Amino acid sequence: MAVATDSTTPKIRFREPQIEMAHGAGGIASRRLVEGLFAPLLFRSPNPALNDAASVEIGGVRLALTTDGFVVKPLRFPGGSIGELAINGTVNDLAVSGAKPEAIVASFVLEAGLPTEMLEAEVRAMANAAQQAGVAVVAGDTKVVEHGKADYMYISTTGVGSYLPGIHIDAHSVRLGDKVLLSGPIGDHGITILLARGELDFEADDLRSDTRSVFPLVQAIAREAAPGIRWMRDPTRGGVATSLNELARDCGLGIHIFEGEIPVRDTVRGACELLGLDPLHIANEGQFLAVVAPEYADAAYNALCQCSGGESAVILGEVREQPAGSVLVTTRYGGSRIVDMLVGDPLPRIC
Amino acid sequence: MKFVDEFRDPEVINKTAEEIRRLVDPARHYRLMEVCGGHTHAIYRFGLKDILPSNIELIHGPGCPVCVLPMGRIDDGLELAKDSNVVFTAFGDMMRVPGVQGSPLEHKARGMDVRIVYSPADALKLAKANPDKHVMFFAIGFETTAPSTALTIIRARAEGIHNFSVFCNHVTIIPAIRAILDSPDMRLDAFIGPGHVSTVIGCRPYEWIAVNEHKPIVVSGFEPLDMLQSIVMLLRQLKAGEAKVENQYKRVVPWEGNRAALKAMSNVFELRPYFEWRGLGFISQSALRIRDNYAEFDAERRFSVPGVRVTDPKAAQCGEVLKGVLKPAQCKLFGRECTPEHPVGALMVSSEGSCAAYYNYEHRKAMATTLAWPA
Repeated sequence: MAVATDSTTPKIRFREPQIEMAHGAGGIASRRLVEGLFAPLLFRSPNPALNDAASVEIGGVRLALTTDGFVVKPLRFPGGSIGELAINGTVNDLAVSGAKPEAIVASFVLEAGLPTEMLEAEVRAMANAAQQAGVAVVAGDTKVVEHGKADYMYISTTGVGSYLPGIHIDAHSVRLGDKVLLSGPIGDHGITILLARGELDFEADDLRSDTRSVFPLVQAIAREAAPGIRWMRDPTRGGVATSLNELARDCGLGIHIFEGEIPVRDTVRGACELLGLDPLHIANEGQFLAVVAPEYADAAYNALCQCSGGESAVILGEVREQPAGSVLVTTRYGGSRIVDMLVGDPLPRIC
Repeated sequence: MKFVDEFRDPEVINKTAEEIRRLVDPARHYRLMEVCGGHTHAIYRFGLKDILPSNIELIHGPGCPVCVLPMGRIDDGLELAKDSNVVFTAFGDMMRVPGVQGSPLEHKARGMDVRIVYSPADALKLAKANPDKHVMFFAIGFETTAPSTALTIIRARAEGIHNFSVFCNHVTIIPAIRAILDSPDMRLDAFIGPGHVSTVIGCRPYEWIAVNEHKPIVVSGFEPLDMLQSIVMLLRQLKAGEAKVENQYKRVVPWEGNRAALKAMSNVFELRPYFEWRGLGFISQSALRIRDNYAEFDAERRFSVPGVRVTDPKAAQCGEVLKGVLKPAQCKLFGRECTPEHPVGALMVSSEGSCAAYYNYEHRKAMATTLAWPA
């Protein structure tokens, strides 16, 4: 490899000897890998904004572009499957960037020996999800690896979207006093997957993944409050805590959330209590967070609540000056605690 | 949620906090040690420090089994699992604990068959389902988890399962409390007693703390209201100049403990002559090993164990923090070399460890503006 010696030499800050699972878990380690290795070598700007989708200008038209890989075990779980995730995940990354999902291309890595029946089920799931989200799957690619070299199948999807009028998402536009909105109950997806793996010996009958397109909800608040929307994100791996920490670090302000406002279903809460997990760290696949200027907060909140699937939306908290760069939860008793990004995967705590 | 919400009722909690404020002598400084890591976690999680008067200092005790496990034991356990036929199983708590060559999770990423189990019975189930593999359970915990390990070994014998063993690291709480009290730099006023351990051992084993050491101890539950009530009970004793064992956690802890659990433990385990505790050094009769009668299930006897000894990095002051002599942030490595993601000392590993709890929940409240992004 040629070594550039001029002042544009990319600064590689990622020094870890090998890739660990944590680098893919969406928390601190993932961010370090992206910021320390991918960004300096691949991105043109030295300090790129790490958003859910990139904004590219083609022939004078600004488009949102995003990509996401899907590896999930088990492939099917209550409420969804890898096929739905592969569409909804990319749709949601576009939606929370303020864009209407227009087209998706899909790439499959299949393990030799995969029963066709399983593949067909996932392709059908993708077709359904795409239809529901109103997005077209326009191209694809298939590779097959030897048996034992992949977990049945991996899917990667890339999506392009057109920006909704009057909306501009940027963490740096977040201001003191802005309100933090959350679209609905958290933790459903992560706990569903944890239990569906069958490694923990307990079950919850009424628990399903929340995988869905959040675009209708985004569209609803954009209609009523577009100029006031500063930032949005879908809190997938790493949960609400990780997304809000990223926001806090990007905008340099303190994000305050109120414990009493956090919507969590009883089943998820119970599982988290038993396993020693914090719902704020659990993955979601059908919720999003929005930071909205205070004068638009009520309009955005009402728009969410009136939209199908947004009935349990809440104003979760607000942006304050301190603790700068961190997320603070105020407990029901007036105590407080810092909530950090997730480190690695959430692990049950027993002893 | 039953058994949870009623112990988190803000109104009752505020009333109890008021009572604490009424009971404290403003001229006095109170040093209360919560023995159990679960309590440490609860204190930070619920922000209890914010609602206590500033002259009540909570000192985090030795009751986090992950924290007190010497690093060499992890390396020993992982060494046995390098055999491709062995499945390494442990609680989630253990998975990120670093050995010299990395944590169980890191070994898993490199290809070792490492699985998280929720109970030792799950490990036994795994052994039954995989008769061609050997399933080793890396057992940790105080008397809280030791009975389930004992019962699993008894069941393995009864069901004739031979591809199962236990790498036993169970420890007992009383010698650790004694070691803390024997430490010359220790000045404590009272103890918040362990809750889950006491469901097994009961309250009697703490009587010497009250009688010989003249320190009040209240066995406490883990909800915010439990802990505040226990502090009220301790303050009342201190005010009256008393020292006795009280049980706040009556809904779970019987005074005499759980006889069936104790019986299973004594059938399967015996005391080791001594065992190394991280931060506290060797403590005699402080840990359990599997009796000869069950030797076939003892991984340490079934396989040859390298017996790795690792000294903690000199700069890490885990022992002082563990004994409550230093606050987590007073350690030279805290938040710099030692973070939850790259723990140097064990107290940073488990979310029950005082350093990790302090790091995660507390210190950035004050340090938010100055703390650098962990490099």
